[in-house]
Amino acid sequence: MSTTKKIAGVALAAALGVTTLSACGDESKDKTAGASDAPKSTTVTLVSHDSFNVTDSVLKEFEQQSGYTVKVLKSGDAGAALNQEILTKGSPRGDVFFGVDNTLLSRALDNGIFTPYEAKGLADVKPEYVLDKEHRVTPIDSGDICVNYDKAYFAEKKIAPPQTLDDLIKPEYKNLLVTENAATSSPGLGFLLASVGKYGEDGWKDYWSKLKANGVEVVDGWEQAYNERFSGSAGGKKAKGDRPLVVSYASSPPVEVLYGEPQPAEAPTGVSTGTCFRQIEFAGLLKGAKNEEGGKALVDFLVSKKFQEDMPLQMFVNPVTKDAALPELFTKHGVVVEKPENVAPETIAKNREQWVKAWTALVVK
Amino acid sequence: MALPLVFFGLFFAYPVAAIVGRGLKTDEGWQFGRFAEVLSRPDIADVLWFTTWQAFASTLLTLLIALPAAYVFARFEFPGKQLLRAVVTVPFVLPTVVVGTAFLALLGRGGLLDELVGVRLDTTVWAILLAHVFFNYAVVVRTVGGLWAQLDPRQEEAARVLGAGRFTAWRRVTLPALAPAVAAASLMVFLFTFSSFGVVLILGGPSYSTLEVEVYRQTAQLLDLPTAAVLTMVQFAAIGAILAVHAWTVRKRETALRLVDPGRTTHRPRGWGQRTLLGGVLLTVALLIVLPLGVLVERSFDTPGGYGLGYYRALQDAGAGGGTFLVAPLEAIWNSLQYALAATAIALAVGGLAAAALTRRGGRFVRGFDALLMLPLGVSAVTVGFGFLITLDEPPLDLRTSWILVPLAQALVGVPFVVRTMLPVLRAVDGRLREAAAVLGASPLRAWREVDLPLVRRALLIAAGFAFAVSLGEFGATVFIARADRPTLPVAVARLLGRAGELNYGQAMALSTILMLVCAVSLLLLERLRPDKTSGEF
Repeated sequence: MSTTKKIAGVALAAALGVTTLSACGDESKDKTAGASDAPKSTTVTLVSHDSFNVTDSVLKEFEQQSGYTVKVLKSGDAGAALNQEILTKGSPRGDVFFGVDNTLLSRALDNGIFTPYEAKGLADVKPEYVLDKEHRVTPIDSGDICVNYDKAYFAEKKIAPPQTLDDLIKPEYKNLLVTENAATSSPGLGFLLASVGKYGEDGWKDYWSKLKANGVEVVDGWEQAYNERFSGSAGGKKAKGDRPLVVSYASSPPVEVLYGEPQPAEAPTGVSTGTCFRQIEFAGLLKGAKNEEGGKALVDFLVSKKFQEDMPLQMFVNPVTKDAALPELFTKHGVVVEKPENVAPETIAKNREQWVKAWTALVVK
Repeated sequence: MALPLVFFGLFFAYPVAAIVGRGLKTDEGWQFGRFAEVLSRPDIADVLWFTTWQAFASTLLTLLIALPAAYVFARFEFPGKQLLRAVVTVPFVLPTVVVGTAFLALLGRGGLLDELVGVRLDTTVWAILLAHVFFNYAVVVRTVGGLWAQLDPRQEEAARVLGAGRFTAWRRVTLPALAPAVAAASLMVFLFTFSSFGVVLILGGPSYSTLEVEVYRQTAQLLDLPTAAVLTMVQFAAIGAILAVHAWTVRKRETALRLVDPGRTTHRPRGWGQRTLLGGVLLTVALLIVLPLGVLVERSFDTPGGYGLGYYRALQDAGAGGGTFLVAPLEAIWNSLQYALAATAIALAVGGLAAAALTRRGGRFVRGFDALLMLPLGVSAVTVGFGFLITLDEPPLDLRTSWILVPLAQALVGVPFVVRTMLPVLRAVDGRLREAAAVLGASPLRAWREVDLPLVRRALLIAAGFAFAVSLGEFGATVFIARADRPTLPVAVARLLGRAGELNYGQAMALSTILMLVCAVSLLLLERLRPDKTSGEF
């Protein structure tokens, strides 16, 4: 009996030794943050999803000007990140949350996780993006979920790529489209909402039956759809993907150019501009934030010209302010979606679950 | 016993109970009516059925394919064995996104199998089953093989001298001795496949869903906590039942075994039968494990300008390119190693103490504790992660943004491995050896050092290897709680795969290859740690 205790003792000693050891390198960083926390918060914490990104120098500049140190916490995809905020309501992990979009906006607002704050610079934001009149959330970026096509495929077959949702159910595009599961993937949901926007709450099911009859394939996530099944992407080519149409983003072609190896002169993929759903992403000051002043400064920063112009190449989304210039990559290889489909956040909140269920029953099962 | 209890109470039972409670308790009290409501839904019934039968099928298939390998690894000596043992453990740490990619390349449209024989297995259940074998092969090889190598073959030989046939001798002597390890391995494979998440998501397409996938969807996507709570409880009940059956079969069979140094039990394969067996196992490993891994490595070198190191060089620049998107890969490796080391240490401490306490085999309470230790394997990362959020939110335990949360969550999954690997060996140590040492005048410490340690050290290292590998590859919990400035390798891979563009895809493959290497090298080092270089099987 004593022997087993001793084994345990040795294991514990080893454990503690290693834990302390590995803690050393880390603790130094934490301590500086913790020490500055103590007198009056000079640290401001941004909670976001995995896709949040900003150029180091841009963030540094904000830190120098404002005197705050920014800490970023990323926690999962957009839906999961928001739900964590709802669960920790009143005792948030940070001061500002970025990444709630118009498909989830009502859930966030109904749960009351944000404190109203009118950002400096809100006047520069295009008014059509300001969906909450109480300013509990501030629009930060917008992006379009659209069908992308493989230019080479359609050139070779000598048929025109589809342009609209109606085109996708035509026989010449049979068995060409791959989309994502609307239940688990945000582009998948966006595409479903595009059809709801276009054909209405009564007509979308009929559209999807036709799409299914026309051989639409559903995979679970964007990674598989885009990197495995889509014949136009770099990953898809290697994986011998054979679907020349995929539900992705309007910014995907510029990304293919930017991360091409070597960079191609022209994007290998195009966007069917009549198939789009517009996503708008918001940020808000969290109720119960420890550093409210810092949080306000951070929201101001997110709509500042500097950050707005940094976003496109970091997160591949469009700015929401009037005067923010787009990088050349976007103006040259991107597209302007004139008339994206849209559905009001309240309508989405009310029906989303039921739509997704109906969609699953109709398309997947 | 106290430390494991506190650990599990604080970092498992309490958070999970809190999140389940949040789902089932409203102002009007507990809503147990939810159970009937959720369980009567036909879609949930489908999920339950699929979860169960695919787990059974996966476990059987894994045992069938991996048991011969466990024998080969335990008893034969052949060049490259140590390396191969590390290689078969690599799948265990790979992010499922990456493995899905590899499997689709082999089994999917235009894949190798398609080109050679025109067979496609993607979106069929076969792809899921094969991927489960791929992931869990090492569980059987290491758990069963570890014990097998220490069984004295002379016992079986003795039985044969006494007139038993080869099969009878094996069935009467070796099989009962192995049974606890086989049961432990099957149990772990079953739990892993029962709670399978990534594999089912990627290879099954949206038409197959396990309980775990459903819990994730209900919690993280829909925030339908009541439904998620019911499903979590169902998963609990199922695992509880499995553990009960397991405990019952194991207790009937456990005996003190005569363990010997593995160095004395191995030999070069003799005769065509043994050579065929070895060849068959090597071929299986090549097809099932090395080939998918090879595809990933191949893709990491396959740059548009021909094969080269382009993507690896790009990884070097990524850190300098600015953005909080990626830290330099070197840093991600270092982060991963630190987290994994800390998690291994915690898992060894907690698991070691627990195993020691369980060896004493005292009554119902301890057996219940045994089951409790296994539960984390069957509870979804998202449940635990969300539970952490709502429980560990007050000083002194506001750990929600602390780095230690990652190793803690990883250790939760590592502990069951430590316990399962250590228990059969600890229980098999013949108490009389210890008594003999004491009679000969050894102090308890000396007796432990001379008797227990040499026998247990191996199991301890195997356990550490598992815990380390699990921690290195853990993704579900890590992605929720890892701090943005300190991503681990799997998190970095997922971020790269989440973006369009050739360079991102190539870098994801390159980083996955590095993850494989780091894992294989770590495991090799761990096995080398054994100080008694003279013995051992290599």
